[in-house]
Order: sequence, then C-alpha cells, then structure tokens
Amino acid sequence: MSGAPLTTQAATTQAATTQAASRSARLTHLQRLEAESIHIMRETVAETENPVMLYSIGKDSSVLLHLALKAFAPGRLPFPLMHIDTTWKFKEMIAFRDQRAKELGLDLIVHTNQDGLARGIGPVSHGSEVHTDVMKTQALRQALDKHRFDAAFGGARRDEEASRAKERIVSLRTAQHRWDPKRQRAEPWHLYNMRKKRGESLRVFPLSNWTELDVWLYIEQERIPIVPLYFAKPRPVVEREGQLIMVDDDRLPLNPGETPKDVSVRFRTLGDYPLTGAVESSAATLPEIIGETLAARTSERQGRVIDKDGAGAMERKKQEGYF
Amino acid sequence: MTIHQSPEAFGYDAFLSAHQNKEVLRFITCGSVDDGKSTLIGRLLHDTKQIFDDQVTALQRDSRKHGTQGAEIDLALLVDGLQAEREQGITIDVAYRFFSTDKRSFIVADTPGHEQYTRNMATGASTADVAVILVDARQGLTRQTRRHALLVSLLGIKRVALAVNKMDLVGWSQTRFEELLAAFKDFAAPLGFTEIRAIPLSAKNGDNVVLPGTAAPWYTGTPLLQYLETVPVRVEEQAAPFRMAVQWVNRPNSDFRGFAGLIASGRVAPGDAVIVEPSGRTSTIARIVTADGDLPHAVEGQSVTLVLADEIDASRGSVIVTADAPMRVTDSLEARLFWAAETELLPGATLLAKIGTVTVNAVVTTIRTRIDPETGNPEPAARLTANDIADVTLTLDRAVAVDAYAANRDTGGFILIDRETTDTAALGLIQADAAAAPVKEEPAAVREKRSGGGFLSKLRWVFGGI
Repeated sequence: MSGAPLTTQAATTQAATTQAASRSARLTHLQRLEAESIHIMRETVAETENPVMLYSIGKDSSVLLHLALKAFAPGRLPFPLMHIDTTWKFKEMIAFRDQRAKELGLDLIVHTNQDGLARGIGPVSHGSEVHTDVMKTQALRQALDKHRFDAAFGGARRDEEASRAKERIVSLRTAQHRWDPKRQRAEPWHLYNMRKKRGESLRVFPLSNWTELDVWLYIEQERIPIVPLYFAKPRPVVEREGQLIMVDDDRLPLNPGETPKDVSVRFRTLGDYPLTGAVESSAATLPEIIGETLAARTSERQGRVIDKDGAGAMERKKQEGYF
Repeated sequence: MTIHQSPEAFGYDAFLSAHQNKEVLRFITCGSVDDGKSTLIGRLLHDTKQIFDDQVTALQRDSRKHGTQGAEIDLALLVDGLQAEREQGITIDVAYRFFSTDKRSFIVADTPGHEQYTRNMATGASTADVAVILVDARQGLTRQTRRHALLVSLLGIKRVALAVNKMDLVGWSQTRFEELLAAFKDFAAPLGFTEIRAIPLSAKNGDNVVLPGTAAPWYTGTPLLQYLETVPVRVEEQAAPFRMAVQWVNRPNSDFRGFAGLIASGRVAPGDAVIVEPSGRTSTIARIVTADGDLPHAVEGQSVTLVLADEIDASRGSVIVTADAPMRVTDSLEARLFWAAETELLPGATLLAKIGTVTVNAVVTTIRTRIDPETGNPEPAARLTANDIADVTLTLDRAVAVDAYAANRDTGGFILIDRETTDTAALGLIQADAAAAPVKEEPAAVREKRSGGGFLSKLRWVFGGI
C-alpha cells in the first residue's frame, strides 16, 4: 500500500507555505470543514482494525481522497481504496480511476458482483432498482465481508437527501450491514463512539457537513483533479422521461426513431451512465460550475434515477446496506 | 435583499474568494412540538434559496399526503427526513441542515422537542455557537421552553435568540411580545447567558425570519437571519489556553515523528513551551506540519501535526497543552451526566469513558443529585433513567488530563459507553470542582515535575487550566 509520493509533496511545499501563512487567525468555513474531516479520518484509523475508503470516482470521492492524503501526510495512506464496479460506469470514469491510482500509487481494490454479472443483471434489462440492489448493495456487502473491513469511509453528505441529513458521521451497521435509524448514537463535541460488537461494522462519513457548493469551492481552492464529465462539452445524449442520458456505449438500446443528439451537457453527479442524467450547460470551468451551482433551481440528485424508486427510497436502500 | 450575488455581477475572482473566505456559524433550534421549529428551518432554507424546484415538487406531493397545513406547502416536511417522522408528523432525530448567504455559511442542528429526546438536544447543543429557542406567542413559555433553555445553558451556549413565533396569531401584539420576553429573562437570569436577543416573527408567513416583516412597525430590530450573520463565532474557544489531544502518531520513517490532532482551543507557534499531559513532560514546539507546508502558527479548529523539540514519550491519548496553563490530572471526576441509555444507571456501574482521545474504565461511585430539568434545582436520586440529568462521581482506572467544561467544551466534555451494548450511554460534563478528591497516585513524571514547582504551579495543579 502506498500514498502520495513524498517527493512531489516536497516540491509543492514552498508555494503552499506562503499560501498557508497568508491565512488569518479567523478560520474560513472551508478550513473548518477540512479540519473536521481530517479529524474524523484520523479517529477512524486510530480506533478501528481494518478500515477502507469507498471510492466511487465522483467529485466527492476526489475530495475524500484529497483529504485523506492530507490527513496522513507526510506518511502514506494507511488504508486501501475500494471501488464497487457495476460495469456500467462511464468509460471516462474508469480511465480517470486507473490514472489516479497509478499517479498516486494507491492500493485500489476493484470489486464486481460476479454472480450478478453472470446472471446478466444490468440497469437496462432489469431496471434501476434490481440493478442497484444486486450490483451495488449486494456487491458492497460481499466485498466488505470478503476483506473483513470493519470500517468504511464514504463520501455521502447530509445535504444530499432527507434521510442522510439524519445519519450520524459514524454510523453503526449490523453484521448483516443494516442501518437502524432508531438506534443512532449520540455524537457530541468531536467525540465518536467507534465501539462495536463482533461482526458489526461502521460507515464513516467525513463529508457529512459539506454541501455541494462547499465541495466545488474546495475543489477549486485545492485544484483537485476530477473526472472531465463534470465540465460541459458536446456529448451524444437521448432524452428519456425528462432526463438527458448519455449514450456512452452500444449497450444502451435506442428506441425506434430515437437518435442521439450532440448537446452541450455536464454531470452534477456521476454513477452508472444509463441511470445518470446530464444537465444542459456551457459551464466548462470551475468558476462557471460554481456560478451555476449557486443559481441552480434543481438539486443534484435530480439526475439520479435510483432516488425516484418511490418515497423513502434512499432510507430503505440504506437500511438494506446501500451506502 | 440579496442572498447570493451573481458571479456575473460580482466578477469571478471576487465572487470565489468571497465564498471561499466565509465563516461558519453553528446553531441549534429548540422548541416544543408545535412551536413551528421545522417550519422555521424550512423558511430559512426556502427564503435563502436553498430549496430546489425538484424538492418543491416533492414537497407539494408530500404536503398532500402528510402535510399539516391544509392545502398549503408544509415547509416542515423539508426537515422531517425519516419515514416515521413524516407519518407521525413529528421530528424524532437530530437533523443537520445547511444554508449560506454571502456573509456566512450556517450549520443548523434541528432537534426534537419531545422530552424523551434530551440526548439529541444535548448533542446538537454541544457544538453550537448560538441557540434559537422558539416560543409560540399564544402558548407562552412552556415546561419545554424552560427545559430547553436550561439544557442549552448547561451545555455552555452563551448566546440565545428567543424567536417568538406565530406573532400573526396574536395580532402582532407588542404587549404580548414584551410580556414573553420579560418572563424569559426572569427565568433565564441565573443561566448565565451573555446575550438574549428576542425577535417577533412568523415562520409560516416569513416575517422577520430572512426578510423584515411589515406587520409590526414597533419592532425596530433585525430579522433572525441578520442576527445570525453578525453574532460572534467561537470567541471563547479562541481565547482559551492551547490544547490538542493526540489522535495519531505520524511516523513515516525514522527521521519524522509528529503528533496529529485537532486543536481544541487557543493558539500555538513554533518555540512555544508545552506540556504533554498526563505525563507532565515538558518540551517545545519545533514545527507545525500540514500537507500544505509548515505553519508559522495554528489556532483552534485546525487539524495539524506537531513536532516537538525533544524525544519525549507521547501517544494517542496524550494532550499537548501550553506550559502556561497545565490541565488537571486526576482519576476521580465530578461530572454532570445526561443519561441517554434506556437502561437504568445504578451506583457501582462500570462503563467506558471516552475523554478526548483516551478511553478508560469508569466506575460510577456515587450519584450525588439529580437535576430538576425545569428549575435546575438539585434533588436526591438513587438511580438514573433515560434522559435524566444528574451530578455523579466517577472513579477512573487511570489518571487522565481534563479541564472543567465551563472553561473548555472540548477538553471538558466526554461520553460514557456501555461495555456490553457498545451504545453511547451518556454525555458528561466535567465540573469545575476545586474540592475534587486529590489524586491517589500521581504519575511519577508528574510528581517529579510538580515537586520542583512553586506555589503557583501547585495551585494550577489543583485548579486545572481554569
């Protein structure tokens, strides 16, 4: 396992010192968020046996990884990353994942539910609900059990969805990976109870108190690399049920008379391409994206098809072990 | 009123830097079941443009199904996130909400008003700078208002906004408003608030929440949001002596040994003389290391890695503190507990105490008094049940470094963990107790150091960092 090479960090130290020195004693919102997330990660590493970081390749994962590298610098990352690959991610996501892992020398585990793959489970043939359950939720449980991870970092934020707003930063899961919203632990000051019984595990959400805007502002401030799909450019899309779906490969069957059109779009969240709606946009730079985020009239999860699987969908999925 | 300047009008650089340099305010809202707390938060989110169109659509659908406002949109449903909450129309669990203006970012802990959920309120209050206490103008101060005010004061919140809600239902009566304020001030006099700001408002209609109301010309103060945008943030923590609990020893190679932690209070700079508690060893700060390079100084709220000038023993659980204000090192604690478990607490029970980054065994030797949750008066108690507040004595299996909670919320607060269920059984506040039982066994290093100290250092030893 290895983290960021020390040599590249040393090279950037000079410039960063100047930047750090110019910060005043009054901490900014982003500085406090960063410090809180780093504290949470260090607590988890100190108090659990075998932690792992769930890496979904999206912007929140990029921020999470950046924070982890900061938390343990100048040392190496003391845990592996794990990507649950449904095999339906955008091609650019996989390319970005492999490039980052190589650049940073990351210990990256990629897990796919082989049983689901053999059964041909997919979002087009089986619909979002079955696909998400088999290829994400069950796959995650398999991988956590296989590697005996007792804590898993995730990039979920409380501003994303109503049931997430009520979840603790450190969230206990049963041996069956179930979440019980009625049995949550009090989490006062900066004290996290990481005790658990045999077989139980923790989900840890260091970005709990970040908003979508904070994530973008931080990516801009820290110059964090993200998947190019977040920036607008002409891409082949079809419109289905009000969502702009990108035709990323030939596994997306076109309806009669349907032809992909090149539209300038970007993505606010990234997931499986047939389940991820794009937004029409011309925002090709971070300041432009931040401007659009502030002016946005829809939430970022509007592009997520799986959130629309009925009322309380996310809460139910979480209880079943979805991240 | 402009909540967010558009980047086009503002210029991208100025716009980015304004947003990247904002401060954050954490506040808690508390009120009884029907005071309109969720509605107030919904109103803050809505009027600061944090609610998106797809959320409004979902809200309209949910309002028809679960709403309590007839045909109108029920803003409370924005906040009640769990199915059970929507079905029952109540808030069960503490929820965190986020909004921002051009001036500040806000993190809101929305806590349930039911008596059985005291622990959620204590959790929300533990990190809050300000409490917004809601009162229904028709109902006036209730038992719960008193409990909430007492609870936030016990948890160290100094600034309170008294939001007198539903003013539209009492015809915006100035007399009624002043009567309520007087009653609250009277009740709160012994609670030690440094500021009580009363604001007449209507969360449902939006008057005096984000935008000024026009219905009460007699009110010359600002809307609630403007108060929250200007109230001072974390002043006490910045002024307190330097403390940092060591979370993790960073040792990537034999040339580097750094102590990683979050600075709980005060300020630190290279060259500062420090003590490593509880061993009492002294050293000097050599470097403040971060991934962005070394810092010339660091303050409360920053996560850093400290390198000391001497090779002294420190590990997870140690606390690095300024030499000017050592901590109290003790194996006996007088503490105020917020009992959160469903099980009873009886004297003699052994639990785990997590204090900063150290976890020790703690025996509840005596339950001294239970605190009446409305009056704050002590009363005798043989046992504690869920949501009781009580003063107890704990004996620890080893000495730890602590401050009084009144002096420092982060180094004076702790949790008790049930060893069998592994649940968090209580929140604890360490009391400033000069008469606390003397330490039975001083660690050798401490004894060595203290014996050389004069009267002042002995005094500090007894009183801790207060």
